[in-house]
This record gives sequence, C-alpha cells and structure tokens, in this order.
Amino acid sequence: MNSFTFTRARTIADALRSARGDVKFLAGGTTLVDLMKLDVERPAGIIDLNALPLAEVRRTPDGGLHIGALARNSDVAHHPDVVRDYPLLSQALLSGASVQLRNMASTGGNLLQRTRCVYFRDAAMACNKRSPGSGCAAIGGFNRNLAILGTSAHCIATNPSDQNVALTALEATVHVTGSNGERSVPIGDFYLLPGQTPERETILEPGDLVTSVTLPPPAPGAGSTYVKLRDRASFEFALASAAVVVTIKGGVMQRARVAMGGIATKPWRNLDVEAALEGQPATRERFADAAQILLSDAKPQSRNGFKVELAKRCLVHALSVATAVT
Amino acid sequence: MDPGIIGQSLARIEGPLKVTGTAAYTSDHTKERVAYAVPVGSTIANGRIAALNISKAREMPGIVEIYHRGNVGALYKPSPEAGAIDEARPPFADDVIRYYGQYVALVVAETFEDATAAASVVDVVYADVAAPNVELQLVADDEPAEVSRRGDPEAAYDASPIKIDRTYITPAETHNPIELHASLATYDDDGFTLYETTQAIVNHRNVVSEILNVPRENVRIVMKFLGSGFGGKLWPWSHGTLAAAAARNLGRPVKLVVTRKQMFQTVGHRARTQQRVRMSAQRNGSLTSLRHEAVNDAGMLDEYDENCGEATPHFYGTSNLLVTGGQTRRNIGSPTAMRGPGAVPGLFATESAYDELAIELGLDPVQLRLQNEPTRDQSLDVPFSSRHYAECLTVGAEKFGWSLRSPAIGSMRKDGSILGWGMSGCSWLAARFAAEARVELHADGSARVAIGTQDIGTGTYTVLAQLVAETTGIPIGRITVELGDTRLPPGPTSGGSMVTASVIPAVLEAARAAMKSAIGLATTLERQPFKGWSPEDLNFQSGKIVARNGASGKQIDYHEVLQNASVAMVSGGGKAASTFGEEHPKRSSHSYGAHFLEIAWQPEIARLRVNRVVTVIDAGRIVNPRAALNQIEGAVVMGVGMALLEEAHYDPRTGAPINSNLADYIVATNADTPRMDVTFLDYPDTKLNELGARGVGEIGLAGMASAIASAVYHATGVRVRTLPIDIEKLL
Repeated sequence: MNSFTFTRARTIADALRSARGDVKFLAGGTTLVDLMKLDVERPAGIIDLNALPLAEVRRTPDGGLHIGALARNSDVAHHPDVVRDYPLLSQALLSGASVQLRNMASTGGNLLQRTRCVYFRDAAMACNKRSPGSGCAAIGGFNRNLAILGTSAHCIATNPSDQNVALTALEATVHVTGSNGERSVPIGDFYLLPGQTPERETILEPGDLVTSVTLPPPAPGAGSTYVKLRDRASFEFALASAAVVVTIKGGVMQRARVAMGGIATKPWRNLDVEAALEGQPATRERFADAAQILLSDAKPQSRNGFKVELAKRCLVHALSVATAVT
Repeated sequence: MDPGIIGQSLARIEGPLKVTGTAAYTSDHTKERVAYAVPVGSTIANGRIAALNISKAREMPGIVEIYHRGNVGALYKPSPEAGAIDEARPPFADDVIRYYGQYVALVVAETFEDATAAASVVDVVYADVAAPNVELQLVADDEPAEVSRRGDPEAAYDASPIKIDRTYITPAETHNPIELHASLATYDDDGFTLYETTQAIVNHRNVVSEILNVPRENVRIVMKFLGSGFGGKLWPWSHGTLAAAAARNLGRPVKLVVTRKQMFQTVGHRARTQQRVRMSAQRNGSLTSLRHEAVNDAGMLDEYDENCGEATPHFYGTSNLLVTGGQTRRNIGSPTAMRGPGAVPGLFATESAYDELAIELGLDPVQLRLQNEPTRDQSLDVPFSSRHYAECLTVGAEKFGWSLRSPAIGSMRKDGSILGWGMSGCSWLAARFAAEARVELHADGSARVAIGTQDIGTGTYTVLAQLVAETTGIPIGRITVELGDTRLPPGPTSGGSMVTASVIPAVLEAARAAMKSAIGLATTLERQPFKGWSPEDLNFQSGKIVARNGASGKQIDYHEVLQNASVAMVSGGGKAASTFGEEHPKRSSHSYGAHFLEIAWQPEIARLRVNRVVTVIDAGRIVNPRAALNQIEGAVVMGVGMALLEEAHYDPRTGAPINSNLADYIVATNADTPRMDVTFLDYPDTKLNELGARGVGEIGLAGMASAIASAVYHATGVRVRTLPIDIEKLL
C-alpha cells in the first residue's frame, strides 16, 4: 500500500471541494481498502465521507423510499419499510457478503462496487479496466464467474453486486451531486457497457458524489423475489441471480420487471424479456420463453458456458416463486 | 494409575488464552528494532531472470535493504538426512524461474507498509520466457513405482465376470489455514531464534541449521500456538530461510508474513492426482482383483510422491492387487502433505470405484464391503493390531437408517428436493514418531510436562496435561504444559495424526520416573512415615505416596516430601522410539471409519447441499472425546469443501494459481455445514501404546468425497469422477 493523504469531509460541499486530482471517496471501504491493499487502487488521497449526513432512510412524498448513500447495507436490509414494501431489496442485500461486511458496506459504495474478476484484482495481470490498453487476461483464462452478457472484446468482467440487481428491477433512481450541480439518473442509465472503455463503469464524472437512491412507490399487489445461485450456501458472489417483480391479474402477468446479476457486465435488464412476460399467463412455459430471450445473445467464455443454462433456471425459478407457480 | 482423566471431554486448557487474545501466535511476536520483510515473487512460471532493477525501490521510504541472489549470502541445500523439506533449493539459488510466484527478491524496510510499497516497484526483467507446463492430463514421466503387489491381478481381472475400469481425478487444493505462514527471525551471538509457523519444530531446526550452515544447537525454534496447518506447515519453506538470512545479514530481527496470494504459490498444496482403478469381482461380490495406479504432479526440482495407494493394500480384501505411483513435473510450486496425504485422494478413487462395482453387481455397497472384509493385512501378511471396520459399517448404517434407502436413482424425495444417500469407508495409518519428554513434580503441588512437540490447534496441550494427571493423580489445573520450543526434549512432528500416540509412552515413562524419584526421597526423610522403607513397597497414588499393601494406612502428599527434603522438584525423563515406516512390522496398525450421508439436490436451481452425515470412527481409545469430535467434525466439513468446492486453478498461459484468495478459492462455510453425528467405537489399540490411542486428525476427511460422490450419483444419476463436483458437472 502506498502513502496517501486522508481528509475527513464535514459537508457535501467540503467533499466536492476536496475531490480534485487523484483522490477517492471512502464510505464503507469494503471495496476500496481491499483494492488498495492489492495495489489495484493507488490513490494519492482519500476523502472520508462517513461524517456526512447521508445515512437516512425515509419515505418520499410520493410513497417511494429515499435511501441515503451512506445507509449501511445491514440497516437498509432490516429497515421495516424495506422489509415490508421492497422485500426484494432486503433479500438481495442479505444474500450478499457477510454480516460484518454488510455492517460496513454502504448503499452508494455497493452501487459502485468493483468487479471480482481475478485479473482486475491482480496488478500483475493484463486488464483493460484497471490498466486501459493492457488487454483482457480473463478472455481465455479463469472466467468461470465472469459475464456472458454485455461483454466486449476488451472486457468480460461481471458486476458482482446483489443490491444493484434488486435496485434495477425496482427501477431505482440514483441521485448525484457534482461540480455541475445535482442530477437524478435512472439506474438503467447509470451503468455503462464496457465496449472499448471498460475503465468507465458508470456515467459519473470525476468528482461526482452519489448522495442517495430513491425507489418509486411499491407496485401494488406485486409478487417479487431475489434468487441467487452460487456454489456454496453463503459468502459467495452470484454465479447467476434474478430479481423479479411481477403483478398478476386473473392468472395473467400485467407487469413484469426482471433484472439479472452474476451473468452480465452490469445489472442486466432486457425489456424484451419483460415484454415477453407481460400479457402472458404465469406458466413455466412462458417463463422458459422469457429465459430463452434473455440468453439469446449470450456469449459464453471458455469456462462459463454453464451459466447460460444456470441463468435460465434461475430466472424461471424466480418467476415461479414470485408468481407462486409450482 | 488413577483412572478417569483419560476419556474425559475436557475443554482446551489453553482455551482462555485464545479467546482472550492473549495467546501469542507466531506473527504476534515482536522484537525491538524489528524490520519487516516482503518477498517479491516472479510473474512468470518458466524462464529466467535477466535483470533485477531495484534502483526505484531503493529510493522508497523506509528501505533497509533489498536482497537478491547477489547479496543474500550463503544458503545451502540441506542434506537428505537433515530432515524433511519439499522445496530443497534455497531461495535465490539460481536465476531460473520454475513456477509462478517463486521468490526473486526480498525487500526489508522499517515498516510492513514501506516494504510492501517498495516490493511493488521492484522491476524484474525476464528472459527465455516459455509457456509453463501446467498441463492437467497426468502421465508419469518415468516408470511408476510399484508400491504393493500380490497374486496376479491382471489374470484375475481378465478371468472375472464383473469388472470396472475407471479414472478419477483430484485437483490441486490449498491448505489455507486462517493463520498465514510467518517467521520472526533473530540472530545474535547465540545463533538464531526463529519464531515459525511450523507443525514440526525439531525437523525445522534440523533442516534450517543446515540451510544456514550453523550448528544445530545454535538454532532455536519457537512455536507456541498455530492457527492451523493442515500439513502446509509441516516442513520449512523458503520465506523462513529468507527471514533468517536477512536477520543474519542485518543483525536485527526480521519479520516476514506471507500474503494470502503467496499462500497459493510458495507454501505447498495438495498435488493434483489422476488415478486409474480397475476392480473385478465374482458375481457373488467376492473381490477378485484391484489395481490402483496413481500419478501426481510435482514441482520441477523436487520429488513429490502423493502416495495415493497408502490405504489400498490393507484396506481391501483381495488376493490379487497392484498399487503403483508415478510423478510428472510441472511448472508449479512444490506440492506438500495436506490433511490425509495420499489416502484422502486415494480413497476418493478406490471407494468411488467400490461404489461403482456395487452398482454393477447389484449389491448394497455396505454389504459388498462387509463381504470382502480381510481378516489380516494381506499386503504385509501380518495381523491387524486392532481393526473394527466392519462395526463402523454396521453401526453407521444403523444410526443413519441405511436400510430405508431406495437404491433407484432419484427415487427418494423430501421437501421438494431429491435426496441422495451415499456412504464410504475410510482408513488412516497409525504409528508413533520418536519422542522424549520430561515431567517435573514441584514442591508447591504442581507439575510440569516439557516436550518439544507442538499443538497445532488440535488439543495437544490438553492431552499432555491429561496424561500427567492420569499418571500422577495431580489435578489437571495444577499441571503446566510446556511445548513448542526446541530447547525442550525433542518431541514428535504434528503430522500423520501421530502426536497423541507418540507422546503417550514418553510422557508416561517420564511421569513415572518423577514419581519414583519422589518415592525414593520419601524413604530418606527423618521423622516421616516411610523412612527406611524400600521404594518397592511404596506407591504414588493421587498425588500421595502410600504403602503398596495399603495395610499400614500411612500416606504423605508428595509435595510435603519435597518440601521436607528442601528440594524444588523431582523430575523424570521418558523416551520412546519411532514405529513409523518400520520395514518389517509385526502388526498392521490403522484407524478405520465409515461415513453415511444425505445430500439434497434441487435440479430446478442446480443446488446441491449436504444435509446430514453419520460418521463412525475406530481410532483406538479416545483420550479426549471433545477434542476428537472437533477433529472429526472439522474434517467432515472440510470433506464437503473437498467434494463440492475446492480447486486451485492455474492460469494456463502464465502458470499463476489464479483463484488465489478466499473469495475465489471457495471452502465450506458455516452455512454449508451439515448436521453431524459422530461416534467413536473406542476400542483400545494397546499394541500401539499402553493407552491404546491412535489418532483422529486426518481420518475424518478420508472417504468424505467418495461418500458425497456416491450420494450425488444416487440423486442425479451423474457419476462425477473429477473433483470438485461443481454445478457445471450436474447441469
């Protein structure tokens, strides 16, 4: 680990003012500190955000929910409003990491969680995300847990978050403040595909600060679930996960929101999948049709071809649970 | 001897130190003026170092020195007689790179952070870089060695109506104890004092003194608490040599803690194995032949024999048998022993094959095993010292409810899951290493046992206290156990599940010698009850000296004797020879066991979990059932990881162990832990030692993977012969 300066921001303005040059914001630290120890991140300065008043979880006037960027994953997961109205988010958060990590990890930090690709996390390896232009060692390497959707010839890294998959299915909005003022970005527009610039993962500009996430009012009468598939029973990133919110009327799916994790370079939402479900009867056949559409563009790598089938089963199972179809 | 302490489920006597954080593990030790060392590892696996540019690193803050081939000073290969080491080439011995992560330089700085930062800017220029050989297909480089042969297995196989011929593969696995390998080295006029993460202080001293070319008596090894080893800390590794060399060169203490990533590169792993098993039988299930031919990978320089056929010759009753072992070299760090070396991967193959044979025969796998149970060791043609394997099978089957098993694939269901029931036998060697011990009885009523062995987290402190308490009758709370220091009488290596069996004769002899000394003293004391008595007429019982015939009613506390004689202590020594690796043993000594288990398979989400495990173990007399249970349960959980999760992957292009962290090298978590029901048969094996105790550290892992593979087949119809049984193999 290299030497760095450490500054504690007292106000948001303070934080934005300090965000000059090669500095990083520190919230829970569960990604950043890890990467600094691995020599992947070598910031000249750290700006500690933890004194900022951004940990609040409260209802919004329209019946939605405001989640401060510093709200800890544990606090959000156990918040009564989240448990009652957005159980999907609670399930997703509780399926991630460990109790200790969730106690530290923040909502905003989780939004910006870096990939677990072993080549990204090893400074000796080629990685276009860490070191643009150096190549992608994951292609043709140990890519069992990497992406089959949204990849490019330059990067196949998976977005590892559980939270972000749930937030995508819930159509969250990310609130950002920066030198150009405040912005609100639908989560579907927040993440970028790797393309030729895998080092750019979100629309955030240097110095931008995520202040909160808001959720729209819960869909009345909707069924939802988060299903996470992995090798062991806990403390592992998803090989495939599905967050679904489905409203049924008379056995027919009126509204469906589907996001997938563990299989794509960003929290994955495909509107064609939702369109294939809406207006259809909630049956395993229709779920399988949707899963087929979801994976039709999949590009398996040398070691992760099994994810195509695993993701299909994951989605079909999640839809079955959310719609109570057995 | 006072009965009662042996066999009691005592809590660890060192437990309070551990749970209060006061137990000093190796890297907890520190010294004044300590410097911190961080090794630089190669980022190629096959080539050579053309140049080492350290000028930038030299300019970094806090740098004390940067060592490399040119300035590390003399380091030697230990002679073969010195002891065990798996990577005998001293670090920096030449410019050739043979595996990824091989140490090429050592940065020493005032702080760990300074050393780490500077290590990251050491610039190594490589030449002659070639593709590493990390090929997964294993073919022995030379003619495999014949480990055991009897009868004519080829002819018997050909003549038999039922045959199977299968190949099983086990991957490289890493030990990954939570405690990282570490070394704190000091050097002064008295020589080296090395605080090491080692399971074998005596071997460490003997080997390292030759590497450093100093007299053996000028090296002291200290290891009081180990955060587990699983075999990975048995023999010295290069980082310890580097720390000692740096301390020698600098004349100041040097601490070196390897990183988690380096734990996958430079401190050993379980060798990858490929094992062909051919079995044949009569239609009635009589086993007519067994051939077990194994190959394992090894590093480029050192031999490594995984000995997969460790249990095969004695475990299976058949007149015709062949066991061979071969090796093939790869650009990998040297493998080393990992919990149950040889037998654990070996039994995965042979027990899986047995399961497959039972299916071919249409026989129950328990029945097949009972039917072929040998009455003596057919490989050595000697009797077993104590073998109750058949009872392990029958008791396990009964406790598990095996008779309710419906053998058809996928035919058992519960709570929406398909259940798979599987079983396997297991075996592990039993023997003793040489051991010496000293027991002191003090005038304040306490006792101290001193032995240069180590407690690797398994309960050795407590077992030693139990042995002294049992022999002397002194309460366990008044017994101090001193171990983990080569200044003490040389004790056994903590390997092979052999410490308990090894220390029993030496400690009992030492305690008795000390008691005899106290008795002798009692006969010399004026105005005391036993003045002038013959020592032969006296006994030492429950901490008291009493008349042997008991008639006189006279007695005296031993510490009163010592106080009256104005001595601080009496003491005695004990010593017992090794029985390990005897050329012509009179008996065949092993532990045995059986696992019966249930897995749940949910095909709709490809989820496989182990629900419950019933394990029955025949490991001789159990000295401390609580500690023994902890060993077996821990091994069973490790077996879940071995069967379903664990594999070290080598990048085919760079040769780097690539999932070199605990997020990507997945082991079983608490949430993966099945319900466990462990039974010890507790038949003393008094041919091995007076108390009849064997060992329990490793046997619980043996057979777990084959039992799970058997259950997976029962649930899914998929026979997995290559571990781990991961999701992709079942989709």
